[in-house]
Amino acid sequence: MSVVATTPRFKDNVHEALHDQRLQGALLHARNFIGRRAAAVERLPEFDALRDSARAIKDHTLAHLDLYLQAYERKVTESGGRVHYARTAAEANAIVLGLCKERGAKAVTKGKSMISEEIGLNAALEAEGIEAIETDLGEYIIQLRGETPSHIIAPAIHVTKADVEADFRRVHRDLPATRDLSQPEQLLGEARGILRDKFLSADIGITGANFLVAETGTSIIVTNEGNGDLTQILPKVHVVVASLEKIVPTLADAAQLLRVLARSATGQDMSVYTTLSTGPRRPGDGDGPQEYHVVLLDNGRSAMLGSQFEDMLRCIRCGACMNHCPVYHAIGGHAYGWVYPGPMGAVLTPSLIGVAEGGQLPNASTFCGRCEAVCPMRIPLPKMMRHWREREFERHLSPATVRSGLGVWAFFATRPALYRLTTDLAMRAMHLAGRARGRFSWLPFAGGWTKYRDLTAPQGATFQSRWRARSGSVQ
Amino acid sequence: MDEAVKPAIRVGLFLTCLVDLMRPSVGFAAVKLLEEAGCQVVVPSQTCCGQPAYNSGDRATTRAIARQTIEAFEICDYVVAPSGSCAGMLAKHYPELFVDEPEMAVKANAFAAKCHELVSFLVDRLEVSAVSARFEGVVAYHDSCSGLREMGVMSQPRKLLASVEGLRLVELKEADVCCGFGGTFAVKYGELSDAIVSQKSANVAASGADTLLAGDLGCLMNIAGKMQREGRAVKVRHVAEVLAGLTDDPPIGESPRGAKP
Repeated sequence: MSVVATTPRFKDNVHEALHDQRLQGALLHARNFIGRRAAAVERLPEFDALRDSARAIKDHTLAHLDLYLQAYERKVTESGGRVHYARTAAEANAIVLGLCKERGAKAVTKGKSMISEEIGLNAALEAEGIEAIETDLGEYIIQLRGETPSHIIAPAIHVTKADVEADFRRVHRDLPATRDLSQPEQLLGEARGILRDKFLSADIGITGANFLVAETGTSIIVTNEGNGDLTQILPKVHVVVASLEKIVPTLADAAQLLRVLARSATGQDMSVYTTLSTGPRRPGDGDGPQEYHVVLLDNGRSAMLGSQFEDMLRCIRCGACMNHCPVYHAIGGHAYGWVYPGPMGAVLTPSLIGVAEGGQLPNASTFCGRCEAVCPMRIPLPKMMRHWREREFERHLSPATVRSGLGVWAFFATRPALYRLTTDLAMRAMHLAGRARGRFSWLPFAGGWTKYRDLTAPQGATFQSRWRARSGSVQ
Repeated sequence: MDEAVKPAIRVGLFLTCLVDLMRPSVGFAAVKLLEEAGCQVVVPSQTCCGQPAYNSGDRATTRAIARQTIEAFEICDYVVAPSGSCAGMLAKHYPELFVDEPEMAVKANAFAAKCHELVSFLVDRLEVSAVSARFEGVVAYHDSCSGLREMGVMSQPRKLLASVEGLRLVELKEADVCCGFGGTFAVKYGELSDAIVSQKSANVAASGADTLLAGDLGCLMNIAGKMQREGRAVKVRHVAEVLAGLTDDPPIGESPRGAKP
């Protein structure tokens, strides 16, 4: 793992995020995705059938992943490209650095890639004196700010327009103070002007991939800005960094997945650009790189195959789960403390960095189920978060207070007669204590509740006790 | 419905631990609604559905509780709970607990098939289309997560509420968004839970309703507790109380002598 996780300090992160007024204002935009997705789904009556088909495609691929990886590599090689396998983040970085150094690269442009974030590629490049320039507008903004993405498809969703203007004025030295940058279009124009030069002078272009097609050896990216195209076409060398579960068998399969991807993500029928890239420039091609490399990253994923977490490998990174998550809406992406936020991050993070480090995330869910309800790949996210809780419980990683509280409760809950007697007495006593107001503003052992809200007082004798008094018998 | 000629359906009332302990009046409302629809109601000895253990990763305890519950309700044609969350646990999650125990799995599947959430059971199974109740008030309805997404409870409570005399139902913004309760989540991640329920409280206040209803006591205690802490005057009740016309008991978290700040 190259990116240091603050996930073990999740509760502190939550506290900071909730008290960050600027962040709270910016986070309101995350909810805009909800209506857009709903409208896109509404326009496509077969959307749910497409989800079933998409799930089947990925399940089939994962069941035969070895075969499709071999087929993919063969096709990439046939088309003049090269596949490099990386078991870990460190290996992936070493491969990319090797490619850069062998070619004397001084500057690389980058399309948006979460895998690049996962392996900490920018830091690895910069440590070797190679300039890495993010070309996706959101990624460019957070790179200027020295931050990481707070959302997998909208990396700068935590940033306001005013922040961006201030960042540009700070970093773009030639920018006249009189230039009006109050509108998003003006900010875009400014970034575009700067990035044009970078595209033309870069030695290597690095992109991620939304899909890798075994049938043809093609990598596919979807973008809305066209920056990915310029990144992979203009430099002499194109390097794709992607994780191995991005494989799909055929172009038709990729097309099927594309039909659910943008709709689930932004509510678009399709992204503005869907770019297919197969090997280096061929004789007679008008453009394209001279070299084409794919760095295929495992980094813990093959260990998920055949485990309780295999379903997570279906994920196509649309972000619908976080767009619909009340926890994400409250705290944003950075509080999750590692690369992947939201429900998909809560499942994936413990898989990739370990449950001891990432265990807070699958616990910090109400299991409201909205993520699973919108997931285009029908990934049972709450169920897998529960599996992580089970792993924690088995390994005695859950907090001692939780375990002992649960133990006392379990003792009574598995002894119905004793339970009825003790709860009846306890509820009668609590009723008397809370009778005056009908609720408590503080109660011993309930501080976690009453710190934030009043606690309802019980009505007195339990239902079971009243029922038995009424019917005169135990059933 | 002609009750005289139909053999009564035997319904086991799964109270849920919160209704049993905190608000028995919801249980009596459920009994009244089921009996009025022609059911014979029995209340087998019970504790909890096991969610506190299940959602804390303690499968062994969950299985012990599930076994005990399945056995206790063997005599019933149906098992009905005034909670989407607990009904979801019985109907959707019990079978998953016994995937590696074939004999128990058969029982758990048979049990799961007869478990229902109260209001959807009344409307979908018993074909109740109206209730004879009166409630003066402007009411907002919150869709509890498990009821909505696991048990398909959405139109049924609204349909029956529309038949309550004097009641006016208003739209609640983000009615389908979680209230932040989540069982032990509310205590383990209190600050986060608070942020989510504060949003719910603001939406309820903005709806103009004087009463908030839902089908799950956990959510209701969370929302009521937050609104009371904020000094908001909205009354909070379980939907079954209003549908049964049993609203003599004070609203959730209020004293018999009326709300005090």
